Amino acid sequence: MNLAVSNILSLVTFLPALGALGIATLNRESKGNARWIALWTTLVTFAVSLLIWINFDKSNPGFQFVEEAAWLGPIKYKMGVDGISMLFVILTTFLMPLCVLASWESVQERVKEYMIAFLLLETLMIGVFCALDVVLFYLFFEGGLIPMFIIIGVWGGKRRVYASFKFFLYTLLGSVLMLLAMMAIYLHAGTTDIPTLIDKGNLPVAWQTWLWLAFFASFAVKMPMWPVHTWLPDAHVEAPTAGSVVLAAVLLKMGGYGFLRFSLPMFPVASVELAPLIFTLSVVAIVYTSLVALAQEDVKKLIAYSSVAHMGYVTLGIFTFNQQGIDGAIFQMLSHGIVSAALFLCVGVVYDRMHTRDIAAYGGLAERMPIYAACFMIFTMANVGLPGTSGFVGEFLTLLGAFKVNTWVALFATSGVILSAAYALWLYRRMIFGVLDKPSLKAIADMGPREIAIMAPLVILTLLFGIYPAPILDVTAQSVKKLVAQHEMAVKATRSAAVAGQKN
Amino acid sequence: MAALEAYAPLIPEVILVVGALALLMYGVFRPENDREATTVTWLALAVMVVAGYAVVAAETPTRLFGGAFIDDGFARFVKLMILAGAGGALLLCFDEMRDRNAFKFELPILLLFATAGMFVMASAGDLMSLYLGLELQSLALYVVASIRRDDAKSSEAGLKYFVLGALSSGMLLYGASLLYGFAGTTSFAGIATAAAGAGAGQNLLLVFGLVFLIVGIAFKVSAVPFHMWTPDVYEGAPTPITAFLAAAPKVAAMALFVRVVTTALPGVKPQWQQIVVFLAIASMVVGALGAIGQTNVKRLMAYSSIANMGYALVPLAAGSPDGVQGVLIYMAIYIVMTLGAFACILSMRRDGGPVEDISELAGLARNNLGMAFALAMFMFSLAGIPPLAGFFAKWFAFLAAINAGLYWLAVIGVVASVVGAYYYLRVVKIMFFDEAAAPFLGIRAKEGVVMVLSLLLVLGFVAPFIASPVVEAAGVAARSLK
Repeated sequence: MNLAVSNILSLVTFLPALGALGIATLNRESKGNARWIALWTTLVTFAVSLLIWINFDKSNPGFQFVEEAAWLGPIKYKMGVDGISMLFVILTTFLMPLCVLASWESVQERVKEYMIAFLLLETLMIGVFCALDVVLFYLFFEGGLIPMFIIIGVWGGKRRVYASFKFFLYTLLGSVLMLLAMMAIYLHAGTTDIPTLIDKGNLPVAWQTWLWLAFFASFAVKMPMWPVHTWLPDAHVEAPTAGSVVLAAVLLKMGGYGFLRFSLPMFPVASVELAPLIFTLSVVAIVYTSLVALAQEDVKKLIAYSSVAHMGYVTLGIFTFNQQGIDGAIFQMLSHGIVSAALFLCVGVVYDRMHTRDIAAYGGLAERMPIYAACFMIFTMANVGLPGTSGFVGEFLTLLGAFKVNTWVALFATSGVILSAAYALWLYRRMIFGVLDKPSLKAIADMGPREIAIMAPLVILTLLFGIYPAPILDVTAQSVKKLVAQHEMAVKATRSAAVAGQKN
Repeated sequence: MAALEAYAPLIPEVILVVGALALLMYGVFRPENDREATTVTWLALAVMVVAGYAVVAAETPTRLFGGAFIDDGFARFVKLMILAGAGGALLLCFDEMRDRNAFKFELPILLLFATAGMFVMASAGDLMSLYLGLELQSLALYVVASIRRDDAKSSEAGLKYFVLGALSSGMLLYGASLLYGFAGTTSFAGIATAAAGAGAGQNLLLVFGLVFLIVGIAFKVSAVPFHMWTPDVYEGAPTPITAFLAAAPKVAAMALFVRVVTTALPGVKPQWQQIVVFLAIASMVVGALGAIGQTNVKRLMAYSSIANMGYALVPLAAGSPDGVQGVLIYMAIYIVMTLGAFACILSMRRDGGPVEDISELAGLARNNLGMAFALAMFMFSLAGIPPLAGFFAKWFAFLAAINAGLYWLAVIGVVASVVGAYYYLRVVKIMFFDEAAAPFLGIRAKEGVVMVLSLLLVLGFVAPFIASPVVEAAGVAARSLK
């Protein structure tokens, strides 16, 4: 490997921060320059991150592109990706240029600060998926709160202050408990190195439940799982379009990624013991939030609740502990990253024109906006999980995994598919179909070239991964296999130890 | 000469005291005006720098006067922190005190004496030197707090500080006398020997002495429930003085606390541990809740410092070398954040003079993005959000507590920090989300220097070349404590 490839993760992580520094030197009036620098930075970052995918060895289940440097005694600066984390990095870098483009015209106030906040957020998000040290992970995980707080609070809607505080404090409360658990792990194992902690997995069983619960507090809020999801609709609704996109597409995935990276490999016994809790919460999330989504009057809120429901499949899949379930969960996260981002961008398109998120304010858009209607249709179908779209693969695999473990859970979870069809299609009918009789909509224009450029890659990926999911599943397969095998071994070892203990 | 050489460890203290006396003579024989006061302040800063050099250049650890004065790694680390806090606050004095027509040459001299007192506190190895250092520091600060004697609030602050300070000194003395009655000696080492035996924890004389002593020190670090003076004094004292009070004396008192409990009373650790745990929890919770309703930014900082003292007490409750290291790291980072925040507060000026209401910060991000960014970073850092310095302070503090098995203390602490995050966020919200109020006057050079230096440290602490040396030095200092 040459030098460029050996440091590629740090490069990808800190390129956006470099761009932010560049924008910081501009004066306040040069809005255009800030936008162009941000766009180029994110595009270059995406291009460089593709090198990770190209050079990625699919047959290697371990961590690749590992970098290590001294930091604070036993705490190291260590980066690396495996099949589970690599695609999240790509997802993040892929979506950021679209976010910048989506904010091109809708953000006119304080453009410089806006772009700086987004680029810093990108650095922190990529860092979360690359960090191979517990403290480094926490640094990126929590650091992301600051730019997101500012983005919601400064460029958000009417209730932005309430939403930003709720988002920040909710997430912080979960995370500080995880921080204490991280300290306990560090003191017990004497290291904060994630690969070592995963492979050793020798935490005392008596501790595992407590530590698992502390990590759960953080990831469940981030995910978000019912009943700690209430910050999400507020944050989504009030955030600017690009903020909602990042929130739905990337920040929510940190919860699922955290379960896969920490909870399953480090606390295998507690994970098995508490899986019924996760199943219950997931099923409630799928059924209940789908019903809540049916009742929404606000487009963004509807999509936010549908996100909670879709995340229910993810947690369900992760805690089935089998290959299909976990593969499906990762696929579902990536697919939801594309689809929910696209849906929020679709809302952004009409919001920029009409400045309202009321479903009732729209209707009959197909007449004036045929291209928009077609895009929205594809994403709606993907959200429902129609075969042929990326949404289907993830849901199918997670349900398959769940069916192998518990048929009742699978039964209830599958009912969510029908409910999601109900709210998504009904939304589509109310906004796009029908007669265009509202005077305010008579002159509405279809998507311009910029907006088409944003939607096109999302449409292509949604269909591509729906028809041919192999590129994703190939990447994740080996790492997930290793995760499942290690998990089974750890659980068996503990069980046999317990049996031996009883015999004595 | 050989006899004099034995007193070499006293050189930093001697430099401070002789420097202060010399400057006093200089000031007395010069006309009383701002120019002379400025000269004296610069000279006082120079004296501090020289004293700092003497601290660094000191040789092997020694004990003087039968162990009453200890010069070890712990004392040196603390002294450097004190100098950083005192020097930074002194730098903030110049322009503000001149603009308020309260710039007297006595001010830097009194602060030098206070610093000398804090040095003695950091090195105290005996109840006598403990009290001497504490009083030298306190008496100088009582005067300084009321230095604007025509101003009712400043006088009130000085009086409150004096009355409650005197009360706490009385309690501390009473505790010291009980401890002397128990051990028959005032040296920490002697008390440690006397309190080492089995059953010492049941000795009423010892336990009562310990309680009163800790109460006295708790007043000085403004730990709840002995914190009532803090908001009033912070609000009433001139702002640069508030910055001084919030930084260096807190470090000195905390160092004294650490040394007393770990070197004089290790034998009765369970007894003082529960007091420290109580003080820590009460300070964290009251500090966090009390700040929510505040509208004056100086009062807000008072509650913030109360809460911060609570966090600094968390690792002390562990009572281990790790814990002492945690206290030292916490205090070092606390000083930086506090000075930075006060440099921002001092920059809240309009044509009609300084403003102190939090709402005056409205929309600062539109008028002066640099200052808004700096203050926001100090607030996020105080809230303990990574990757800022305040996160690492909390990391090492809670790490020690978890290591000592104080799980509930840690859980209550982090939950209180979330409550505390609310009021720090409120300041950020006012600066960034609200509509812009009238702009402030430009930032003065010296405030700007303190602000930028603090900001660089708060942002850059995450870099290994800053964090590692501080953490290692604190570790060495903590392990030198015997």
